[in-house]
Amino acid sequence: MVRVPLTWLAESVDLAGASAEEVAAALVRVGLEEEGIHGSDVTGPLVVGRVLTLEKETHSNGKTISWCRVDVGPEHNAPAEGDVPAGRGIVCGAHNFGVGDLVVVALPGAVLPGPFPITARKTYGHVSDGMICSARELGIGDDHTGILVLGDEHDPADLVPGRDAITLLGLDERTVEVNVTPDRGYCFSVRGVAREYAHATGRAYRDPALAVSPPPATAGGFRVEVADDAPIRGRVGCDRFVARVVRGVDATAQSPSWLERRLTQAGMRPISLAVDVTNYVMLELGQPLHAYDLATVAEPIVVRRARPGERLVTLDDVDRELHPEDLLITDSPDGVPGSRVIGLAGVMGGASTEVSEATVDVLLEGAHFDAVSIARTARRHKLGSEASRRFERGVDPQLPPRAVQRAIDLLVRFGGGTVDPEVTDVDEVPPAAPVRMPADFPARIVGLDYSAARVRELLEEIGCAVAADGDDLVVTPPSWRPDLTAPIDLVEEVARLDGYERMPSVLPAAPAGRGLTHAQRVRRSVARALAEQGFTEVLTYPFMGAQRLDELALPDDDRRRRTVRLVNPLNDALPFLRTSLLATLVDAVRVNLGRGATDLALFEIGRAFRADGDGIAPRPGVDDRPSDDELAALDAALPVQERRVAGVLVGHRVPAGWQGQAQPYEWSDAVAAARLVAARTGADVEVAADAHAPWHPGRCARLALPDGTLVGHAGELHPRVLAALELPARTCAFELDLDALVAAGEGRLVAAAPVLVQPVAKEDLAFVVDEALPAGALVATVRAAAGGLLEDARVFDVYRGEQVGAGRKSVAVTVRLRAGDHTLTADEIAGVRAAVVEAVAREHGGTLRA
Amino acid sequence: MSDPLSPLDAAGVRAAVDEALAAIAAAPDLDALKSVRIAHAGDRSPLALANRAIGGLDRAQKAEAGRLVGPARAEVNAALAARQAELEAERDARVLVEEAVDVTLPVERGLAGARHPLETLAERMCDVFVAMGWEVAEGPEVETEWHNFDALNFDPDHPARAMQDTFFVAPEGSGVLLRTHTSPVQTRAMLARSAELLEAGRGIYVVCPGKTFRTDELDATHTPFFHQIEGLAVDRGLTMAHLKGTLDHFARAMFGPDAVTRLRPSFFPFTEPSAEMDLRCFVCGGADAECRTCSGTGWIEWGGCGMTHPNVIRAAGIDPDVYTGFAFGMGVERTLMFRHGVRDMHDMVEGDVRFSRQFGMEL
Repeated sequence: MVRVPLTWLAESVDLAGASAEEVAAALVRVGLEEEGIHGSDVTGPLVVGRVLTLEKETHSNGKTISWCRVDVGPEHNAPAEGDVPAGRGIVCGAHNFGVGDLVVVALPGAVLPGPFPITARKTYGHVSDGMICSARELGIGDDHTGILVLGDEHDPADLVPGRDAITLLGLDERTVEVNVTPDRGYCFSVRGVAREYAHATGRAYRDPALAVSPPPATAGGFRVEVADDAPIRGRVGCDRFVARVVRGVDATAQSPSWLERRLTQAGMRPISLAVDVTNYVMLELGQPLHAYDLATVAEPIVVRRARPGERLVTLDDVDRELHPEDLLITDSPDGVPGSRVIGLAGVMGGASTEVSEATVDVLLEGAHFDAVSIARTARRHKLGSEASRRFERGVDPQLPPRAVQRAIDLLVRFGGGTVDPEVTDVDEVPPAAPVRMPADFPARIVGLDYSAARVRELLEEIGCAVAADGDDLVVTPPSWRPDLTAPIDLVEEVARLDGYERMPSVLPAAPAGRGLTHAQRVRRSVARALAEQGFTEVLTYPFMGAQRLDELALPDDDRRRRTVRLVNPLNDALPFLRTSLLATLVDAVRVNLGRGATDLALFEIGRAFRADGDGIAPRPGVDDRPSDDELAALDAALPVQERRVAGVLVGHRVPAGWQGQAQPYEWSDAVAAARLVAARTGADVEVAADAHAPWHPGRCARLALPDGTLVGHAGELHPRVLAALELPARTCAFELDLDALVAAGEGRLVAAAPVLVQPVAKEDLAFVVDEALPAGALVATVRAAAGGLLEDARVFDVYRGEQVGAGRKSVAVTVRLRAGDHTLTADEIAGVRAAVVEAVAREHGGTLRA
Repeated sequence: MSDPLSPLDAAGVRAAVDEALAAIAAAPDLDALKSVRIAHAGDRSPLALANRAIGGLDRAQKAEAGRLVGPARAEVNAALAARQAELEAERDARVLVEEAVDVTLPVERGLAGARHPLETLAERMCDVFVAMGWEVAEGPEVETEWHNFDALNFDPDHPARAMQDTFFVAPEGSGVLLRTHTSPVQTRAMLARSAELLEAGRGIYVVCPGKTFRTDELDATHTPFFHQIEGLAVDRGLTMAHLKGTLDHFARAMFGPDAVTRLRPSFFPFTEPSAEMDLRCFVCGGADAECRTCSGTGWIEWGGCGMTHPNVIRAAGIDPDVYTGFAFGMGVERTLMFRHGVRDMHDMVEGDVRFSRQFGMEL
C-alpha cells in the first residue's frame, strides 16, 4: 500500500485540477487499486494568531498556565476593552512561545482530530475562547513538547492574524492510497504513481529523477567494496553502491514543516532532518537510502554475506543472530576490512552508526540490492521495512546516484553543510536484457487487433526502447521495470495501456461436455435426500484440539488419532485437522443449542484428514511436466482426506402438538439416515451391531459393504461422550465414508426385472428366538429359505414377555410370495412356509409361536 | 282390521295410493321412510295384498285389476325412491359438515431441512458452466506446495507468496499446506487431461469449486475457511476476449441479464495479463457516493482472472506456444453476500440452522 499526497503527485504529473476521487479512478484503470482517500480531520475555524499579551499564572494545583490575549484577525477578534486590546482570551498550558509569536488558533466551532470539538470554556478562572494548537493536536506531527510556532518556513505574506490556517498548513490536502501489486515495485513512489497516472490519462509526466543532475563518479571517495562470495540463485547481492559525504550538517535542525507534512501524509513519522530527508527521497523516487554518522564508520564499507555466529543490534533495538545468507553492510575498524557489521543490507541499519544529535558529517548510502536476497533476509528476521518492501519488489538500479544527489540537495538546503566533491559509485549493474516478441503476439493473446505501430507506441510510452526486426519487436525494458522479462509481460502492458475496456467479449465454444461425474451427481443426491428428510446442512471449521479426541473417547490406537497438525494454527488450542466430521459437527450442535434450539438434525458433507506416511512432499521443477513418479510422490505426501457425511440428531423428530405426543429422535433415526445415504449412493450395505466410539456400545450399528469394507457407524452416542461434549442425553449420530459408498455404487447398471402381475400370497410367521439373535440374521435366513417365489420379507413386530419366556423374544415376519406365471397354490405356499420354519429352527433354534 | 282392498275397487286403490304418497311425503328421516315403505309397499301392504288377490279373479277381471293395481304400485315405489334419495342427500350433507376439519392447523410432522446456501450456490455456479459443456474438476484440500504455489508460477522468494497467508502442515518445511485457493486444481486438471488435449485436440474447460484456507481471523468479511470456484480453459486460440465473454455470461447467469462487468488490471503470478473482475453495483448502480454495498465506488469486486501464464501451462507439460488458456476465480461467500445481502460472515460459518433454513433447497 502506498499513500500519495495529491500536491506531491502534482509536481510530477499534470493533475489539471482532478479531485482525489478522479485520480483514484484513473489509477484503477491501469491496475492501482484504490484503498482509500485520506484528508485531514480538522475543520475550521482554524486561523493564524499573534500573541499580544501573556501572563503566567500558577494555580493551586501547582500548574502554571499562560493567560494570553491573541489577535486572530478583525473578523474573529473580540473588541478592545480598556487596556485589553482587540483579540481573544485564551488559556494555554505550554510555555514554548512568547509575546509576538505567530501561532495556530482553533476557535470555538473548530473540530480537531479525535474528534475534539473546540468550545469556549471556563478554566483556571478565565473564559478560554479558543485553543492554541500543537502540531500533534492538529494531526500533522508527533511534536507535543509545545505549541506550533509559525516561522520562516512560511511566506511572510501568509503570516497574518486571521488568515485561514487550514490551507496554510495543508490540512485541506488529500492523499490517495493505492494498493501496489507485487510486480510493480516502482509504484512504491510518487515517481511511479505519477507515471501510471500519466499512462491512465495521457497527461504530461515529468520524471522527478531527471530533475537532479548528479556528478559522475570520481576516484578518492569513501571506499566501498562488494565482496559477495555466496550469491543467491546466481545473483550478486549488491550491484550498485553510491556513497557520498556531506560535512558540517546541523544534525539538530528540524525538517521544514512542508516536508514533515508530506511524510505524515504518506504515513511516515518525521524524526530528524537526516532521516526525514532519506525517507522523503525514498517516497518520492522509490530509492531507499541510508544515512550514517561518518565519524562512526571505519573505511572501507564492505558488502558481504554474514559469517556463522555474527550478530547485529538493529535500529529497532533487537539483537539478531545473522544467517550466512544475510547480506550485510560492514565497515573496517582497526584496518580489518569488513570486520564489523553495521547493517542488514536493504533491510535495516544498525544502532552503532546511526545519525544522532552529535553527528556533524553524514555518509549517504544509495545502493541496489538483489530482490531475492532482501526478501529472504526480511522474512527470516520477520523484519519488513520500508526499504525491504521496495527492494524485494524491485528498485530501479539507475536511481542511486540521482536519489543520493536529491538527498544531498535537501540536506544542504535545510541542514547546512557542504558536500564532498568525491563520488563513490560501484556500478556492476548488468544491461537490461532485451525481449524479442512477434509484433502480433499481443493481438493473439488478447483477441484485439493491435497494429504493430500501436504496440510499439504503447511500449515506448512505458519507457521501453523498441526496435523492429522483421515481424518481431526487440524490446528493451526501462531500468525501473525489472518485471518485464518475457513477451507475455509486454502483452499485459499493451493490454492495460490500451485499456481492458476496449477488449471484445466473445463466448468460447467448449467441446460437448460429459456432464457431472457419477460421484458429483450422487453427492448432490445424498445432500438433497438428507435435507428433504429434515436435516439442515452446515459447514464447520475443520480445526480441532487434541482434547476433542478424548471427549470422543477414542481408544489410543484408533486411527482417528493419526492427526494432521498445522505449523501455524490461528488458535493454538486447535492445531489439528479433524479426523472425523463428528469431531467438529458437534460444535455446530452446541452453537444451536446455545441459541435456544431444542430439536436439531444437522448434517455435513466434507473431508476428514488422517496422517499417512511421512508427509514430506518433494519439490519437482516447473519447467516441464514432472515425471509420473514425481507426481505420485507428491500425492503420496498428502494425508488421507476422504469425503465423509455425518449427521447429528438432538431432541425430537416430531415435537408435541395437536396430533399427539412428541416423538424423540432415537438410534433408529440415525441408522435410517445412514441407510438413506447408502441407498442414494446405490451401494448395498449390511448392518450389524458394533461397539465403536463415540457410540453407545449397545446402540451402535456398523455399516459395511457386502465385501466387508467398513463404511461407517450410526446409532446413539455414548452417554459419557455426551457428558464430555455437554450434549443432551440420547443424542444420536451417524458418520459414513461417502467416497467408499460412491465408489461402491458406481458403474452398476440396473438390469430391469419384469413387473409380475399374478396375485400375491402373504404369510405372517412369528418366531420365538433367543434374545441375542439379531432380527437381520433371522430375516436373512427367511429370505434364503423362501427361495425364488419370495417378493419381500420384513419384520413387523417384536414381542418380549411372559408368553415367550425370559431370554427369548418373538419376532414376527411378513413374507410376500408371488410367481411370475400362475396363481400360487395352497400346496406351494405351504411348502415355502414349511421350508422357512425348518430353516429358522435349524439355524437359530427358533420355533413358530403358537 | 278393515276388509282387504279389492283389486277391482278403483276408488279404494286410489285412496291407498294417496294415503301412501302422503305418508312418504311426511316421512322426516330415513328410519321413518323405512316404516312407511313396509306399511305401504311391503308384502303386507294393502296394495301388495290387492295385487296378490288378482290371481283369484277370472280372466276378464284380471286384466282390469292389473291395469288398476300395477300403475298404483309403480307410483308408490317411485315416490319412495325419490324420497329415499332426497333424505340420503340431506343426511350426507349433514355428515360431511359435521366431519369438517381446520385445515390451517400445523401439519408438518418433522423438522424442515435445508441445504447450506454456499453449497447450493456453488452447485448453481457449476451448472452454468456444465450447461456450456464445461466439466467439474476437483482436488485435495490439503495440498502440496508444488501444486499450490510452484506450478502456479509463484517464485519461492517472490512476495506474492506472502500475499496469501498460508496454513502449513507440520513438520515445518514439509511442502504440504492447506490450499490457499482452488487454483492448484488448474494444474491437476491440466495434468489429468493433457493427453486428451494433445492427442485428441479436446480443449480443457473445467470449473473447480471447493474449500480453501487462509490465516485470516474470522470477522464480518473474513474467514479462515472459505469457498472458491475456479475456472480454467486451455485450448488452441483462446484469447482474453474469450475470458471476458465467459465472465460476462457467468455474471448474467448469476445476477440477471442486466449485469454489467468490467475488467481492471491486476496481478496474479499464475495469470498474465491479469485482471480483477468487477460488477456494477446493483444496489446503487454507481449513483450513490455513500453506498454501503460498493463503498461509493460503483463497482463490486467479484474475482480475479487472467490469461494462464505460459509457465503454468508449461509446468503441466503443455506447450504454451501452441495452447493458450484463461482462468478465473470467484469467492462463493462473497457472491452469496452480495447476491443475497448477507451482512456478516459469521452467519455463514457458525452452523446456525436458522441461516440455512432461509434458503431451503434452491437459490
